[in-house]
Amino acid sequence: MIQARLKKSYAAGVESRAFSLDVQLEAGPGVSVLFGPSGSGKTLTLHCIAGFTKPDEGRILLNDVILFDGAARVFLPPQARRCGYVFQNYALFPHMTLRENLEFAVAQGKNLERHKRVREMLERFQLHEVGGRRPHELSGGQKQRGSIARALLAEPRILLLDEPAQGLDITLRQELYSILRDLQRDYPMPVLLVTHDLEEALELGGRMHVFRDGRIVQSGGPRAILDAPGSGDIARLLGIYNVLPAEILSLDPGRNASRLRIGEWEIPGVYYPGHLKGDRVICCVLPGQVRVQPREGYPPANTMGMELLHAVTGPERATLYFADGFRAEVARGEWETMAQAEQFAVEIPPAALRLVK
Amino acid sequence: MPIDWFPLWLSLRVAVLATFFAALAGIPVAYLLANREFKGREALDAAVTLPLVLPPTVVGYYLLVVLGRESWLGRLYEAIVGEPLVFTWQAAVAAAVLHAAPLLVKSTRAALESVDHAYERAARTLGAPEWKVFWRVSLPLARRPVLAAAALAFARSLGDFGVTIMVAGNIPGRTQTAAVAIYDAVEGGNGDVARWMVLAVSGVSLALLTLANRLTPRRLPG
Repeated sequence: MIQARLKKSYAAGVESRAFSLDVQLEAGPGVSVLFGPSGSGKTLTLHCIAGFTKPDEGRILLNDVILFDGAARVFLPPQARRCGYVFQNYALFPHMTLRENLEFAVAQGKNLERHKRVREMLERFQLHEVGGRRPHELSGGQKQRGSIARALLAEPRILLLDEPAQGLDITLRQELYSILRDLQRDYPMPVLLVTHDLEEALELGGRMHVFRDGRIVQSGGPRAILDAPGSGDIARLLGIYNVLPAEILSLDPGRNASRLRIGEWEIPGVYYPGHLKGDRVICCVLPGQVRVQPREGYPPANTMGMELLHAVTGPERATLYFADGFRAEVARGEWETMAQAEQFAVEIPPAALRLVK
Repeated sequence: MPIDWFPLWLSLRVAVLATFFAALAGIPVAYLLANREFKGREALDAAVTLPLVLPPTVVGYYLLVVLGRESWLGRLYEAIVGEPLVFTWQAAVAAAVLHAAPLLVKSTRAALESVDHAYERAARTLGAPEWKVFWRVSLPLARRPVLAAAALAFARSLGDFGVTIMVAGNIPGRTQTAAVAIYDAVEGGNGDVARWMVLAVSGVSLALLTLANRLTPRRLPG
């Protein structure tokens, strides 16, 4: 169990803007994903927990051990924290063999005992045949497994992973995900994983914390956050939504209907409890849930007229990019029947429109 | 007249010892400067660098004050060894250490700072105490540039004139190093000795610089 409350601020430098981190998070056993764009404070949070960076104030507790307490002036060095850390480039010591890297982590104990533990770990991660190699002679997957094995040998109480799948191909990613899932069986401890890849968060996260500008703006299950982003900004961060500012023109609870104005267009919506006529709101729409049709002249009622900028045809679906950043996804076959057109009418089914604050 | 090569041998002996002591004291200081944030870090760096910019006579004067027969350290040395330190070849070692250490600390600091901190951080999260991080990770990873720094420090201790003449003097056969002997030879109109000694010192220094350059890692293209 990790509980952290952190504040850290940096003044603006020559090449950096001012930045302040102010987060509070708790995580039990299992994978928690720290999700957010680069520079939002995810890695800095890991650094504070591992003890590489000293927060200005706050408190970090790991299984009831105080790692940091600003008020009581407690700051344990990284050596005493028992935080396993997997670096982006794995940081296997290049001048040692893989076996020596692992032995480095088992400082105590008799030689015989140490060798046994290293051998068991090498076998567990299918690395026993390459134990004598240097890191540069290992494949990407072997380095990845090696760095996790090395971290585990130090008997950590939490595992911190900083974008471990960055730049890996899909096979290696899947391998990493299955390692992390299996890990929970033998090593039930909190795992904090930093990523800016939504797929990864969905794949792994029992819980997800969305970072933005040094704050955690939403926490919860990844699916729940995806289905109901807490704000327009979060919806934009997730990167899967069309985010549109709108005004509520009318609301009709009796017929579960409403009218919305988006830009110059008027479209129908469902009834949105808790909103009033005249409210300015943010709408989110998944690109796959909109319908498009070519148009000539003014678009039909209840649709929005849009100009196509370009289209990317995938094996199953085509993604259409319209002006103002609007995206739509349609089945490939359907797209091929209308690929000549430039002007489109876009229809958003009322049920597909989600309102956020 | 056969040339007396004693000054060159003395210089080499002094340089070996001076490099050893400068590395012994300088590398830990460089590690502190490279890896720890503490108050007065840049002040320490400036103090260590000072001998690099001061006139050698000023450095020599300080050394005389610190190591002279009246000083606390000088008396301690005299009590242990039985003779005063100043105006012995051992004093020339002390002079060369002071002359070479700033360069060594500067380049070693740069070498240690060039090590990717992820490795040191990884070592710390694995529970390694600071000395182990330094000895097993930082130093081996910076091995080549640190050796290059030592080679430069060796070349520099070989070339000291000013500090040496202040604290060790110019006693032929005892404290007269190559640099001092060359000065002496030129003053005494002994052109042959000067010429050969100059060639020898230049040759050794050139070899050391070449070695240092080869040890300094070049950036790989791409």
